[in-house]
Amino acid sequence: MTELNAVAQATIAQAVETPAAAAASSASYETVGQPFLDSGAKMSMRDVDVFYGDKQAIFNVGLDIGQNEVLAMIGPSGCGKSTFLRCLNRMNDTIDICRVTGQLQLEGQNIYDPKLDVVPLRARVGMVFQKPNPFPKSIYDNVAYGPRIHGLVSRRAELDEVVETSLRKASLWEEVKDRLHAPGTGLSGGQQQRLCIARTIAVSPEVILMDEPCSALDPIATAKIEELIAELSENFTIAIVTHSMQQAARVSHRTAYFHLGKLIEVNDTEKVFTNPDHELTEAYITGRFG
Amino acid sequence: MNKPSSHDTGANVENTMSTIDKVNRNLAKRYRKEKTFRAMGIASIAFGLLCLVVLFTDIIGKGHSAFLQTYIKLHVDLSTEMLYIDDPSDPHQIAAADYQGALKEALKERFPEVTDRRQKRNLYGIVSNGAGFQLRQMVEENPALLNTQLDVWVAADDDYDTYYKSRGEGEAYTGRFNEEQISWIEALIADGAVKKRFNTTFFTAGDSREPEQAGIRGAMMGSLFTLLVTLALSFPIGVAAAVYLEEYAPKNRFTDFIEVNINNLAAVPSIIFGLLGLAIFINFMEMPRSVPLVGGFVLTLMTLPTIIISSRAAIQAVPPSIREAAMGIGASKMQVILHHVLPLALPGMLTGTIIGMAQALGETAPLLMIGMVAFIVDIPGGITDPATALPVQIFLWADSPERAFVERTSAAIMVLLGFLILMNTLAVWLRKRLERRW
Repeated sequence: MTELNAVAQATIAQAVETPAAAAASSASYETVGQPFLDSGAKMSMRDVDVFYGDKQAIFNVGLDIGQNEVLAMIGPSGCGKSTFLRCLNRMNDTIDICRVTGQLQLEGQNIYDPKLDVVPLRARVGMVFQKPNPFPKSIYDNVAYGPRIHGLVSRRAELDEVVETSLRKASLWEEVKDRLHAPGTGLSGGQQQRLCIARTIAVSPEVILMDEPCSALDPIATAKIEELIAELSENFTIAIVTHSMQQAARVSHRTAYFHLGKLIEVNDTEKVFTNPDHELTEAYITGRFG
Repeated sequence: MNKPSSHDTGANVENTMSTIDKVNRNLAKRYRKEKTFRAMGIASIAFGLLCLVVLFTDIIGKGHSAFLQTYIKLHVDLSTEMLYIDDPSDPHQIAAADYQGALKEALKERFPEVTDRRQKRNLYGIVSNGAGFQLRQMVEENPALLNTQLDVWVAADDDYDTYYKSRGEGEAYTGRFNEEQISWIEALIADGAVKKRFNTTFFTAGDSREPEQAGIRGAMMGSLFTLLVTLALSFPIGVAAAVYLEEYAPKNRFTDFIEVNINNLAAVPSIIFGLLGLAIFINFMEMPRSVPLVGGFVLTLMTLPTIIISSRAAIQAVPPSIREAAMGIGASKMQVILHHVLPLALPGMLTGTIIGMAQALGETAPLLMIGMVAFIVDIPGGITDPATALPVQIFLWADSPERAFVERTSAAIMVLLGFLILMNTLAVWLRKRLERRW
């Protein structure tokens, strides 16, 4: 145990070094477990570094996300898991000082290709945010927004159908079918988050990124969302960032443990939570720090 | 909260006790300070309200009488000989007839004792020299009145108007009157031939040298056209500039420089903008003087910084989560702006715009520079007709020597304030109406 603390502290000490020194040391670690898949990778990332100005937030991360897989990303606050997630559909583009290097591919296509248009990329890789953020419009318009802007449907009836299917998939249909034209902001927190999920799946993305989707919800709403994630994984590839290890254990197939911008371990979820390969992972999941 | 832990000793307990005592000792002082702090705020508001009440009392007290006008009843003979009309079917002759003469004749009949030439001229001055037009209009509308005798109420001259209005309250205004003039008007009052009516002229006429014929319609229309030009230019330009600066402009020294200068422009005295307008629009671009078009250009320059600053603030206030949500489903930048940012920022933008417009409505100095201070009798019918504006009209009337312009100045101020209050209410209403919760 003393050994373990020493390792943890050493890592912490390393991270607070000057950015240059930290960057220099970034190559000197290796992700343990199985970050890469032999086949069936939907998204594959290699040597990803992310910088906020001079500060490096992500160090040399390599990771695959498999088709129809639920990948959970866990780790202490500020470890870069959300930053990494937001690289996957280029949401970090909105931050001026953010710079991403390395290869990030969606089905073999480089998503940081300067020629690539982010609009279709984000239609393929949707995102659900930490805080439910429905538009201040009706429930119907919230879900219909994506199909409308992408021109996915041509007739009103088709749109109605897309809205209904999406709300059904997000298990919200029964609760809202009588008030589709009531404002989406009038729903409860859990319903709002499911509305946001419905809005995301209405454009039929291939990958859904979820950034702590339950952190603002109560346990009952959380349970519903988790159930939903399990159902959605039949059709979608899901990457979820979570602070709740129980949640990661419940919903995911594989789990990636991030620590201070580094990807420490990636393994099958069961293995991570029963017999992790790395001391840091064990220390974190047993609650010794973080 | 106070879970006893292993190192909770007696000394610690004593320390906490004395801390509470210390807190209690200072408590009274803290509350006293808080009370003073609050009292200062209340005093400031009370002072502001007092000033407002004094201002309104003064203006309304002086100006309310301008909404009434004294009328005098005269028995007029409208025979064709009197009016020098040969052919009553000819509209030109009816239009050109001497109605003022008929009024003079009526006065002469009422006061047959006046024979002296100078006195006669004084006598004719009882009625407004615009009263003939009133009579002409009556006849033109109803030619059957020709060759009849009838009682008509015609507007009194401004001096008699002021005299009659001030008559009840202490010392009446006598101005340049002599004893006889007072006796005439008193005789008419005794006949019941003098009364006050609502002053429609004030709202339907343009400016005039004669107070009883002067109205603010010209100035109102001038202000309206000027503001329309200002609004049509400054709202789109201001919003577009704000959107670009907030959403597209890279954050570098150049945009910092632009930002600082927009803030500086908001503080530039408005007369400078007037000079700029004079130099550029009138001297260089050779646009006509005194027209609402140029006034609108100048006021646009003046209001733009206000609109840009408030629009930027409104855009910044849009929660980033809404932008992220839209971008997360693949909305393009323009779609994010048009579908989400602008609708949410609109109430703030409109509020800023209306406040800018209210500022422009009250602005005088730049209009003086571009010649909108001229004496213009005609009511402007478009943005290229010479015009003046409400605040300038107030300035002009405040300068006029006639006593009756004092109340009209105050009345014009009331109208201007009324419009300002209306615009500010509109801003509040729009904000309430369009505000969406999330």
